[in-house]
Amino acid sequence: MRDQDFDLLTQLLKSTSGLSLGPDKRYLLETRLTPLALKNGFDGFDALADEIRFKRPQALIDDVVEAMTTNESFFFRDSTPFDILKNQVLPKMLASRGGKKKLKIWCGAASTGQEPYSIAMMMAEDPARWAGWDVQILATDISKDALKKGEEGSYSQFEVQRGLPVELMLKYFRQEGERWIISDDIKRRVTFKPYNLLDTSVAIGKFDIVFLRNVLIYFDTPTKSAVFEKVRNVMEKDGALFLGAAETVLGVTEEFRSIKGLRGLYMPTEYAQEASLSFAAAG
Amino acid sequence: MPTCLVVDDSKIIRKVAKRILAELDFEAQEAGDGSQALASVEQHKPDVVLLDWNMPVMDGLEFLEALRRHDGGQPTVIFCTCNNKAEHIRKALEAGADDYIMKPFDREILLSKFEQAGLC
Ligand SMILES: C[S@@+](CC[C@H](N)C(=O)[O-])C[C@H]1O[C@@H](n2cnc3c(N)ncnc32)[C@H](O)[C@@H]1O
Repeated sequence: MRDQDFDLLTQLLKSTSGLSLGPDKRYLLETRLTPLALKNGFDGFDALADEIRFKRPQALIDDVVEAMTTNESFFFRDSTPFDILKNQVLPKMLASRGGKKKLKIWCGAASTGQEPYSIAMMMAEDPARWAGWDVQILATDISKDALKKGEEGSYSQFEVQRGLPVELMLKYFRQEGERWIISDDIKRRVTFKPYNLLDTSVAIGKFDIVFLRNVLIYFDTPTKSAVFEKVRNVMEKDGALFLGAAETVLGVTEEFRSIKGLRGLYMPTEYAQEASLSFAAAG
Repeated sequence: MPTCLVVDDSKIIRKVAKRILAELDFEAQEAGDGSQALASVEQHKPDVVLLDWNMPVMDGLEFLEALRRHDGGQPTVIFCTCNNKAEHIRKALEAGADDYIMKPFDREILLSKFEQAGLC
């Protein structure tokens, strides 16, 4: 790969999606973009890079971004955050929002839907508590392919075995050949929408709970800080933010603080101390 | 180190399972049919059993019935199948299995099932 192509593409990826690729990721660029180049009728990687350099065709740039996203996800990934959601955060929300009975949840890197559907199933498992509530789950991602799959709600044998308790699989999925299709009841609870976390121009609403898991790991520190700032702006002051196991706010932002003893849970700084105390009292 | 008993009449499948179990830091025991498996449960008190359904001498269902009558500690039982029909899976759970897994074994999935069962 020519150095100038590496520079061109890494800069392009960083400015459009936030993805930050170090020099050790040359092979990744090449292995993911060569098939895309061939599919689009170019001779190879170099020709694809030239096309982007000289013409900047938006559709091709979108395809490049798409090809470079890592969409891996699974149901109830890492389990702990879902336990914390169920046992700590949702009970608090039930109490604090009991008047309006409205709850808004946002999965900001929802990929193929396993995360929002896990939350939806969790709530469907507790119908008595949520009776009369308006619960909205917004699932967004930059990858249209991933969202499309999420919207279809069709998963392979491998995907439904990974992280999804068998009882939930039997209850909320129906089998069609080799695929497992999520039930309409669960599907109806989730809205999918394309959305780029770097985009500051579109308003997406205000949320009580935000899942932003396993996406910031791909960004550099200034990009992470900018995303945190933006997430803070679309969250209620006593909202809950869940990050992935390898992600943290330490050294990146002052907007959020971790909650002691509850791994993966963060809250707006001005509320975090009070929250820590009330979680401790409840737990 | 948790112990896993692999019950399958196919030696190759037992071998594949044992290799994955070693990677996951599980001690592995093996049995070629249900009655050997019962003896092994007595002796090794495994934390989890990977149980094939169709076996000679004593099949998976008979083993499960005998095991659940047994009043020692109860291991988690994950039944292993090539038949992914929801009905088939439901029946095994009704018979007392805790979970299911499709064959051939996949390391990620075994790990995920063990985590769900609180074994690691
Ligand atoms: C590894 S998946 C994480 C899925 C899920 N949150 C989980 O933890 O299992 C990362 C997702 O982030 C998405 N992504 C990457 N950059 C993004 C951006 N700038 N805006 C929105 N989503 C982005 C990718 O398309 C991908 O689907």
